[in-house]
Amino acid sequence: MSEKKSKKVTIDMNINGEKVETDILAADLLLDVIRNNLGLTGAKPGCLNGDCGACTVIINQKPMKSCLTLAIEVGDKEITTIEGLLHSPVQKAFVDEFAFQCGYCTPGFILNSHALLMNDPNPNKEKITEWLSSNICRCTGYKEIENAIQAVMTKTHNKNDSD
Amino acid sequence: MDIIGKTVSRKDAWEKVTGQAVYTGDKSESGMLYAEKVISPYGHALIKNMDLSKAKKIKGVKAIITGGNLPLTGEEIQDRYPIACEKVRYHGEVVALVVADTPKCARQAADLIRVVYEPLPVVNTPGQAFDPNAPLVHEQLEQYKKKSTVYPEPGTNIANRSKIRKGDITKGWEKSDVVIEKRFSFNPSDHVAMETRCALGRIEADGKVLITSSSQAPFMIKRLISEYFGIENGNVIVNTPLVGGGYGGKASIQLELLAYIASKAVGGRLVRVQNTREEDILTSPCHIGLEATIKLGCSQEGLLQAAEILYLWDGGAYSDKATSLSRAGAVDCTGPYHIDNVWCDSLCMYTNHPYASPYRGYAHSEVLFAFERTMDGLADKLRLDPLEFRHKNAIRPGDTTPTQVLLNKSNVGNLPECIDRLKTLMEWEKGQKIDLGHHKMKVKGISCVWKTSTIDTNAGSGVILTFNPDGSVNLLSGVVEIGTGTKTVLAQIVSEKLKMKFENVHVQIKVNTQNTPEHWKTVASRGTFMAGRAALQAVDDAIGQLKHLASCVLRAPVEDFEIGRERVYLRDDPSIGLSYKDLAYGYTYPNGNAIGGQIIGRGHYILRHLTYLNPETGAGKPGPEWTVGAQGVEVEFDTREYTYKITKAFSVIDAGKVLNPKMAEGQIMGAMSMGLAFGGRETFYFDDLGRVLNPQLRTYRPLRYGENPEYICEFVETPQIDAPYGSRGVGEHGLLGMPAALGNSLSLAAGVSLNQLPLLPELIWRKKEAANRGDSL
Repeated sequence: MSEKKSKKVTIDMNINGEKVETDILAADLLLDVIRNNLGLTGAKPGCLNGDCGACTVIINQKPMKSCLTLAIEVGDKEITTIEGLLHSPVQKAFVDEFAFQCGYCTPGFILNSHALLMNDPNPNKEKITEWLSSNICRCTGYKEIENAIQAVMTKTHNKNDSD
Repeated sequence: MDIIGKTVSRKDAWEKVTGQAVYTGDKSESGMLYAEKVISPYGHALIKNMDLSKAKKIKGVKAIITGGNLPLTGEEIQDRYPIACEKVRYHGEVVALVVADTPKCARQAADLIRVVYEPLPVVNTPGQAFDPNAPLVHEQLEQYKKKSTVYPEPGTNIANRSKIRKGDITKGWEKSDVVIEKRFSFNPSDHVAMETRCALGRIEADGKVLITSSSQAPFMIKRLISEYFGIENGNVIVNTPLVGGGYGGKASIQLELLAYIASKAVGGRLVRVQNTREEDILTSPCHIGLEATIKLGCSQEGLLQAAEILYLWDGGAYSDKATSLSRAGAVDCTGPYHIDNVWCDSLCMYTNHPYASPYRGYAHSEVLFAFERTMDGLADKLRLDPLEFRHKNAIRPGDTTPTQVLLNKSNVGNLPECIDRLKTLMEWEKGQKIDLGHHKMKVKGISCVWKTSTIDTNAGSGVILTFNPDGSVNLLSGVVEIGTGTKTVLAQIVSEKLKMKFENVHVQIKVNTQNTPEHWKTVASRGTFMAGRAALQAVDDAIGQLKHLASCVLRAPVEDFEIGRERVYLRDDPSIGLSYKDLAYGYTYPNGNAIGGQIIGRGHYILRHLTYLNPETGAGKPGPEWTVGAQGVEVEFDTREYTYKITKAFSVIDAGKVLNPKMAEGQIMGAMSMGLAFGGRETFYFDDLGRVLNPQLRTYRPLRYGENPEYICEFVETPQIDAPYGSRGVGEHGLLGMPAALGNSLSLAAGVSLNQLPLLPELIWRKKEAANRGDSL
């Protein structure tokens, strides 16, 4: 068998509000590039099959599974990883509501929830379920995660009322 | 109490919601090498030939390791080579390891290794394994090194037989007016921790072996690597950062051995071994399966008289922890009831399935599924209400357990109270079966639960408290943060006892076996009890030192001092005293003289009076206390389609004392969710070659968001006097009754006895069809 020489290419990425340049192979997964090249290890390799959602990142305002995305596809798009969120209402709510235990699925759930509320500040129950059923949490009973999202919605609602 | 019993935020909260939390697989270092596995595609086969030539040619490959020249391993019976030698015994077993520069390169080479197998007859169920004519999974069982407390039977597939002989079973049957016998079975399944297992190994020039692992048992890794490979104990150092879910699955030692072997093959360089999801399901140990036969007898009045039980555990290809699981299944072989005459044989069977590791509840949810289903059957036969029947027979102080431990108000919780509370919560008086019209009905099912721990009799836990110059304290404990929040609870215990602000107790989350005192293993719902006791002792030790130093400085007897508000002061005049800050690093006089030094509190704890079990009768004391509870589910069942929706799940657990309400509730809810998934949908599907057909999360389906029921959790608080603030173990207990309660509700709904798991609509349909045809069930 002949060994094909894979060539590295340099891409620009727009990640967490910063422009970065990194060398990748065309076949590299976005997940591997953000973890290994950029050192952003908040996105986790839970299954590498698109089943568990632990690798979720936000690409142009939509939650995407970075294990099903090639890094070469995202050049001009805005990417947010968990490291790009700081003291967001969703994070605070996850802490207050104990919406995590081991923490491994947590970045994925937070980014998914954050993207949901960014796209629709007042989603109904069905919509929340539709969005969040793409991720798996094995520790909680999901009730805590539901409570966290409700807490953010209530807060946003109250704030808008008082404005 | 200031902080015990209060909901306080977890110490690991912010790192976990910001992505800063570091797990084993997140570590990378330049020069690190990667190991990839070649795994067996068969359940049972001879390895006839292995061709490595193509793989060796791949650039970047540093070493290829195959079986042979490796020691046999196993916690109770040493029956497993870390890499298979000549023969494979389960689908997923490691047959070769490739170490290379990059994971891609290692994978490419691994895929080029050609292995020729000769398939052998497969032992595909524990019942089949029990057949005297069955193929032997281990022909050399007699020659294996083993612990004295495990009882394999060479020439058979029995890896262990644990016996319970309590009372006189013949008399029990004589006293029984009503008798029932039922059989149950379910396949092995998986833990599915979201973090797949991962281990890093390095060997330093001076011989020190450094392992980093996503493990619930770093101290056991240290012990076993030392034992298996003949390395001085102190030369093995194990690091465990945060662990992404364990549920027992990470209490077994497996990848750590491969990491060591791989590192050794490349001159000690750092090597990472990480499971893919498929390998995590196939190769690494799974959740045990079971076949059970239960015969129960009771008097006309509904009092249990006799229980005769046979458990055939599907321990899989290697015994590792499965023998201990079969023992735990014997220890609490009945449900939480008073039964004078108990006969049980609990057998760990070798099969050609992935081997078993502990699973949340340690054999208890499995036993309870069989036992509590039988209880419902018996209640039905007696025409007694199933809750009332359980209440009548509930275990109480003054009763004895199957291993003949006499119970008192401290070592067992209040089960009747749990049952009463459950009855109210479930609105039991409104009926167990309610017709909702349109082919729908609402049904309720229940289960009682109990569990003690069955850990090593000399398992210990230690805590060290070191003070900081500002008077705050660092808490070091070998408990691994696997998600349960135990270290937050330990900080609450220290804060309460040391009368210090919770914020001033700093917790070291990571474990390093060289600088963290040992906690045997983070298993068995024993973290809070054991490490909590060690923490209390460490606080006492620190208080003693603080008072002693204060007594020198303030020239007053030690006994005259009290502590409070982070000060040591005189009891009759609190204005005279010194703050922790003034004493934390010794005391410095105005002229520069100093005495004392850093305050370092130390504490340790071993559970008292535990014994080995008598091999003939099972008599002995396996654990310090039994947590009890009553659980139920409410299900909406479609009588045409046999589909169902679990609408509510209930738990009333006697927690002794709830130390952090939201966290305790989280433990119960999470465990209930896992138990419902185990009961309702999770299983391995095997083909005739013993292959697992569903090793992915789209074919093996845990509960997802929105599939969970409404949870109703309540606690009863009957203190366990020896435990910190009276608390009992609760980490596993929410899971225990879920499969049984679900089975009981659906059996009632469908009008057929559902004695297998998982309880899929298809199973219900098959049973219904069989019943309609008049087949025996």
